[in-house]
Order: sequence, then C-alpha cells, then structure tokens
Amino acid sequence: MASTALVGASAAWAETTITAVMHSGLRVLDPVITTAHITRNHAYMIYDVLVAVDGTFTPQPQMADWTVSDDGLVYTFTLRDGLKFHDGSPVTMADAEASLKRWATKDSGGQIIMDKTASLTATDDKTLVWTLNEPFAPLLDTLGKQSALPPFIMPARIAATPADTAITEHVGSGPFRFVEAEFQPGVSVTYIKNEDYVPRSEPADNMAGGKVVNVDKVVWSTMPDASTAINALLGNEIDYIESVQVDLLPLLEGDPDVVYEKREPLGYQTIGRMNFKHPPFDNVKVRQAAMKALDQQAILAALVGNPDYYSICGAIFGCGTPLADATGSESLTSGGDLEAAKALLAEAGYDGTPIVLMAPTDVVALAAQPVVASQALRNAGFNVDMQPMDWQTLVTRRASQNAPADGGWNMFFTNWLVPEISSPLVSPMLNGRGDSAWFGWPDDAVVEGLKADFIAAKTLEEQQAVAKKIQAHNMEQVLYVPVGQYALPQARRATITDMLASPVPVFWNVKKAE
Amino acid sequence: MLGYILRRILAIIPVMLIVAIFVFLLLRLTPGDPAAIIAGDMATPEQLERIREAMGLNKPLLTQFFTWMGSLLQGDLGTSLISGTPVTTMIGQRIFPTINMALLTIVIAVAIAVPMGVLAAWRHRSWVDYAVMSFSVLGFSVPVFVIGYLFILVFSISLGWLPVQGYASPSEKGIAEFLYRAILPSLTLATIYVALIARMTRASMLEVLGEDYIRTARAKGVKESRVLFRHALRNAAVPILTVIGTGFALLISGVVVTESVFNIPGIGRLTVDAILARDYPVIQAMILITSATYVVVNLIIDISYTVFDPRIRY
Repeated sequence: MASTALVGASAAWAETTITAVMHSGLRVLDPVITTAHITRNHAYMIYDVLVAVDGTFTPQPQMADWTVSDDGLVYTFTLRDGLKFHDGSPVTMADAEASLKRWATKDSGGQIIMDKTASLTATDDKTLVWTLNEPFAPLLDTLGKQSALPPFIMPARIAATPADTAITEHVGSGPFRFVEAEFQPGVSVTYIKNEDYVPRSEPADNMAGGKVVNVDKVVWSTMPDASTAINALLGNEIDYIESVQVDLLPLLEGDPDVVYEKREPLGYQTIGRMNFKHPPFDNVKVRQAAMKALDQQAILAALVGNPDYYSICGAIFGCGTPLADATGSESLTSGGDLEAAKALLAEAGYDGTPIVLMAPTDVVALAAQPVVASQALRNAGFNVDMQPMDWQTLVTRRASQNAPADGGWNMFFTNWLVPEISSPLVSPMLNGRGDSAWFGWPDDAVVEGLKADFIAAKTLEEQQAVAKKIQAHNMEQVLYVPVGQYALPQARRATITDMLASPVPVFWNVKKAE
Repeated sequence: MLGYILRRILAIIPVMLIVAIFVFLLLRLTPGDPAAIIAGDMATPEQLERIREAMGLNKPLLTQFFTWMGSLLQGDLGTSLISGTPVTTMIGQRIFPTINMALLTIVIAVAIAVPMGVLAAWRHRSWVDYAVMSFSVLGFSVPVFVIGYLFILVFSISLGWLPVQGYASPSEKGIAEFLYRAILPSLTLATIYVALIARMTRASMLEVLGEDYIRTARAKGVKESRVLFRHALRNAAVPILTVIGTGFALLISGVVVTESVFNIPGIGRLTVDAILARDYPVIQAMILITSATYVVVNLIIDISYTVFDPRIRY
C-alpha cells in the first residue's frame, strides 16, 4: 500500500525513468539465501552496507565509520547520522547486529570471522562493537566485499528470519525503494528514488562513496530474447542493457544514439573444475595432464570470438587484481602442451577411464568451453564422454558425489565475476575441506594452511606473498583451471551518462538527459 | 443435451486427476533441483541440503503428493519455490496477456482466413486458389520467430510505425495502446493460423460446393454470396470450428516463442522459466490449467456443432 502511494506521488511530476534490461530475471529477493548476481544487484538497490570497497578494493566507510584497537581484536563501528529504513524507522546498530549475524551463518567469510568472534554487540543505537578472539586482518575486506554475499543491513525484525528461510518483507535503507505492487517475478521489478536517503559526501567510487540518485524511477525488465533487447534499445524503448553478447554488437554499430562499452575492466573468469573424489581425477598427475592439454586462447576464441573482449590470464585471482600472479600457468596461456599432457598421462598409468564432462547447452556463456576442452582432452589421449544437458541438470548433478557412471561427474566449467575469485577468502574453489568443500571436494590441508597464513598476513605485500604460494599450489594440485578472462559489454542510449565502472551494475550516480 | 454437457463436465475430474498424478511423478523423476537455483553458484553441498530441508523437498514423494493434492482440492495451487509468490498470483499476472493475445490472433486469423478459404474454393484452380494455397504452404513452413523478426525489421526498425516489444493491458492502458503493442505479435502468430484455417475452409467448402443443395440453390437464382456464406459455409463450418478451437487452445499453451521475441509476459514464458528452474508448483499448475483449457475448449466446440449443424444431436 505504501509503495503504491509512493508511486502515485512520484508520478505527479515528470518522472525520469531508466528502463534497463538486466542479465537475468529477478525471482529470489533474499540476498542472504542466494548468491545469484541478480539478487545481489537488487539488494544493492534497496539495502545499504556498513563498509564498501572502492576501485582499488580498499574498504571505505559507507553506513558506518570504524576504529580498530591496537591489538587488532576490537572493531568499533559508528553509524552515520540520518539513515532511515524505507518504512520510516531509523537505522540502529541493533539492526546491523541482527543482519550481520544472519549473514554470517551463510557466508563463508562470515563463518570464518564468527569462528574467531568473542562477541558482536550493539552497545547503543549508534555503536557496534565486534570483539575477536584472535586478529583477523581481512575483516573489513570481508564486510566490504561485493560478492557473493555482501552483508546488507535490514531491520532487526526481518533479519530475525532463519537464514535458510527466505525473507518476505523487503525493507532496506538504500538509495532506492522496492515497489512490491509492481513486482512480477522473472518479468519486471520497479524501484523508485528513496527521497529520505542521505548520501555520503565523497564522490562515488566503485561500491563506495556517495550514492546520489539522479533519476526518479528504475525499471528492470527481463527480455529472454537478446535480439529483442537490442532492437528495443535501437528503437529507444529501453535505456540500458547490462550484458550484450559480443556477436550482436555489430547490430549497434553506426547508431550515434547508442553506446556500448566494457562496464569495468575485470569482467569474468571462466574456469574448469574436476572431481577429486573419483578416478581418474583423484590422481594429481591426471589432473595436471588435463590442465596441460587445455589452451586458453582456443577456448576464449570459441566463447567470445572478438579479442577486444577477452584476455589470456593464468592468474587464479584474476588479472588486474592486487593478488594477481601467473605462476605455473605457462602451458595454459601459450597454446597448451600436448606432449607434456601425454607424458603425464603415461606416467599416471591412465587406463582410459571415461571422463564425464558436463556440457550445459542452454547458457551461452558456458556452451563453448566443454566442446573445445573435450577435443583438447581427446587430443592428449583422454577418453571423454561429453554429456550435453541443461544448466539446471548440471547444477543438480554436480552436487552428486556418486561415481560418474552412477549419476556423478568428472568435470564441468563455470564462470565467476573476477571479484568473486580475487582473494583466497572468497574463492569457492580454494576450499580444501573435503566433503564440505565446493563441488569437486578436494581434501587439501595445504591450501587451508595457506589461507590461514593469508588471514594472518598484516600487509598487502605479505598477502601477495602468500597468494603467490596459493597460485603455485593450485597449479600443482589443479584445484581448478583458470581458463581466462572475458567481458560482456553493456549498451546504453547516449542519453544515459555517468554510469559507474563497477562489477555490480548500480543506478546511483547515473544521469539521464531528456 | 444438458445431460451430455453435465457428463462431459464430470468427465473433466478423472482426466484432471490422471494429469495431476502424471505431472507430479514426471517432474519428480526429471533431474533438477529448485534448491540449487535458489542457493546460487557458490552454495556448498551442506547449504543446498539445508535449503532442500527448509523447502520440504526432502520429504517422501507420497507425503509431498498428498500435501499438494490436499491444497489443490482447496483451490490452493501452492507457492513458487523460487520467488515465494503464490502461484495463483503469478498466473493471474501472466494469463491475461496470453488470453488477450490469443483472442486478437484468432479474430485476425478468422477474419482473414475464412474469406480467403471461401474465395479459393469458389475460384477453384484459378490463380486466386493457387495464391491462397501458396500462402498457406508458406505460412506453415516459415518458423514463427522468423516471421516475428521480419515484422520487427519492417514495421518497427525500418518504418518505425510500431514498437519492437512490450505489452499494455487493455484494462489499464486502454484498447488503443493494447492494439498498438499487440498488433505485431498477433499478426505474427496469426500467420500460421491463417494458413491453417484458410486451408481447412477451402477443403471443407470444396466438398460442400459439390452438393446437390448448392446446385439447387443456384438453379433457384439465389445470389452467389448467399449461396457461399449462407448455404455452403454454414454446412462446411464443423471442421473449421474444430481447427479454430484447437488453434485457440494451442495459442494458450504454446506461444512461448512469440512471447519471447516480443517480450510479452505471458504464461508461455512463465511455464518455460518454471521448467528451467524446476519450480514444481508453477509447472504443475500450468500443466493442469493447459489441460483444463483443452478439455473446456473441446467441450465448447462440441456444443457449437449443434448450433451450426442442426443434424447433430447429443
């Protein structure tokens, strides 16, 4: 009811509305229950965060400022003035405490912090004290991260919902308000400017700085057909497309009213993951052979095509990030090494056990990798059983620990936004806790030890030194195979300006000329 | 007659029950996991398991089936596993675009196809007949998305007369805005049905035009238009009605491509999205509704036979 009234009020004057086609339809609204990017993007619209990272991945104050005790054990956060939830109630640190506790039960970084937490308490409306049992240098980085689960702040009564149950009320304190009455799951979602929002005074920088809203309304529309979205942009029916397939860009060329560009420099990393539980990839030599057989250039050319939008990169933490290091990736980045792969297979005594390579056919960004990889693996002497399936079947099947012949699997490919793999604390593939690890289930005490060293590192230089060891260890054990980086350009009408170069498409700072 | 209609309506119950059982079992036997969609790519196996538990997906199949059937009998189609929205709300939001488009398509198709078919039969083996038949073959053969893109290219991009995409509800935005946005997708869809109905009309009319009573009517000096539309078309109507009726049912259940090309938030897309996400309650509800549509449309067709052909009695 309140939302409808607000829509009515905002319609009284000439509205500035941005109609945007996002990469996916919004269906799940709880940013704690899912790591889906579209849900996270929705959450950045309506919620705010205590800490946010700037363009150099440095944590900056957003809702709160902080001080750290000399021993690194006590973090005291102070809420800035003027923050209100969309229902009119003031934001307090009791809300932040409840939100952080709910978040920490789901987020892997949050779980690590909670393992080291003595207490997390709102001592008054403006103050939150986080006391640790032992120093955890990346605490602020973890709170400020933009993927996979950023810690969004919601009212305590909503944050009291168990973390495995989706919230049903969507009230934040962010720069936009969610218009529930106009929400159609998977079709469209409407946001209106939060007139009560008080932006920070600093200029916007990545996810940090002032979130100044210059439009009245933002409508996210889902268009399942990529050509329709392109035609709608050309016809001035929409203002923005978040991701355009590179092979459709020629359709936009020559129209002076349309601009396409990389939104931010990092883009995505595409990766291959093997199953450590079953032969033949339970043998490190076979994993190494598979990695030696792969050639980033061949896969990226098939996946993206236009070299302007992909780059060869052997760094598991992504090229262009503070921890980037390419140790051990020489074969991947220079055409593969079939002879070395064959030698390793012979050394491992590979007996021709078929490799079940899962190939999703319904996701454009994942269709090419298994096709190219299966041929490369066959060239090296692997017996590859590439099984086409839809992505839903793949995500179900990859959770199966059965033998490949009994509904399990040996290998699949997926993609991550670079910030999602830019640190050992966030990269899912670097979890070495066996059955509790991410799909593939490596049991790797060494990587867990190196992650502990990373947590203990006090300076960026120390972190980089540990990251280099993790890179080398990954390439030796083949926890996963980085297959290179690519970008999906965004496209906009020329009337849309001042979009931020952030991995998350955000709509503050953006202006729309009439 | 009334007894027949009542028997047909009662027969819907076992049909729907069988459909419900099959749908439920087929979905559960299909690989896929709605919990995986909800949890996202980074979820660990433990997190997935906890979400499955919270959603009740770990309960025995029989328990899940009877829970669903119990709710169904109370008119509750359940709640989407993915968005948490009641399925009735989701279908309510999405069914009217599809019904409105289907109605407009059928109106356009009938308005064009029936005269075309009559004309082709009347001028049998003339260039008119060959032109109609050639168009029919073309209409059948060209995929609907190709026609859609061609229309967009010509009418939206080149001429700029009509919008590329989108839907406007006639009740909210007015009939003019609805037609402005719906005309291209309806024309696209109508191409196939014009071909189908024109062909059926022609064949049916050809059969009737050879009958003795047509010759008699002509011998009596009845005007040719009256012979064609009053005497011939009415007698040829039964198979044409069948095609129109099943065409409408097909439009309700099978317009996902057109909905995608023109970005119409109808139930075709809802069904496909639900299947891709393994959103069981939505898929189950959609298949039940589609089956019910077929049963009801067939019933209406059967009843309408008696209006057009008084010889038919039930």
